[in-house]
Amino acid sequence: MKFSIQINEGPYQHQSSDTAYQFTKAALEAGHEIFRVFFYHDAVNVATRLAIPPQDDRNITKLWQELAEQHKLDLVVCIAAAQRRGLLDEAEAKRQGKDANNIATGFRISGLGQLIEAGIQADRLIVFGD
Amino acid sequence: MATKKFMYVNRKAPYGTVYALESLEVVLIGAAFEQDVSVAFMDDGVYQLVKGQKTDGIGMKNFSPTYAALGDYEVTKIYVDKDSMKERNLSLDDLQHLVWEDEDEDYAEKNSIKLVSRDELAKILDEQDVLLNF
Repeated sequence: MKFSIQINEGPYQHQSSDTAYQFTKAALEAGHEIFRVFFYHDAVNVATRLAIPPQDDRNITKLWQELAEQHKLDLVVCIAAAQRRGLLDEAEAKRQGKDANNIATGFRISGLGQLIEAGIQADRLIVFGD
Repeated sequence: MATKKFMYVNRKAPYGTVYALESLEVVLIGAAFEQDVSVAFMDDGVYQLVKGQKTDGIGMKNFSPTYAALGDYEVTKIYVDKDSMKERNLSLDDLQHLVWEDEDEDYAEKNSIKLVSRDELAKILDEQDVLLNF
């Protein structure tokens, strides 16, 4: 089956980005396809490369990066939600006149249309959040 | 591209968290994809449609006038959970009057909001291909 994943809650604060990760990993291991993972609301914070969780804790950004690299996952961060929360890639930082960017490798910033398309293209869209 | 039945389910109050605003943003963007769209409001989500919202006191942007534009975006099916309204002592008169223009009937104005029972809503939810929860 072809799944798309939407995550609505912030990492560490809420379990949804962990559960979404576990689901995605299990689905891939079971031979399913993941069309896209879409990070919305506070979940955009998963995509920062500046987070430093304690060493004995999981690193959610890194977990997604590794899974994405292994399975060529499309990890998309909502641009409107990202801009509100200070998540910028290099091009956007330049365009907005900001002095830094913070998007982790493996994630890309794009529009909400990507979420709608993910819903259209997949057999199931699974939403993780409250 | 295939046409699917998309429903946006709104369950949270308009302010206090950003869910309502960021849900409305998806609905408006999604309208461009020409899918079969409907929107549901239940639990505290019914407050999103209350008319006469004033947000000056909390320093938030009042985005509620945007709901009136949904008809122009061809979002014409808005389901509101009757029981959630009743639990909050709200009636249809407390909500914005949302309408759409029916091209097939000489642009007659029609009501977008439909009050439904939980049983009816459960049935409508069951008919959807894609549910987006906010």
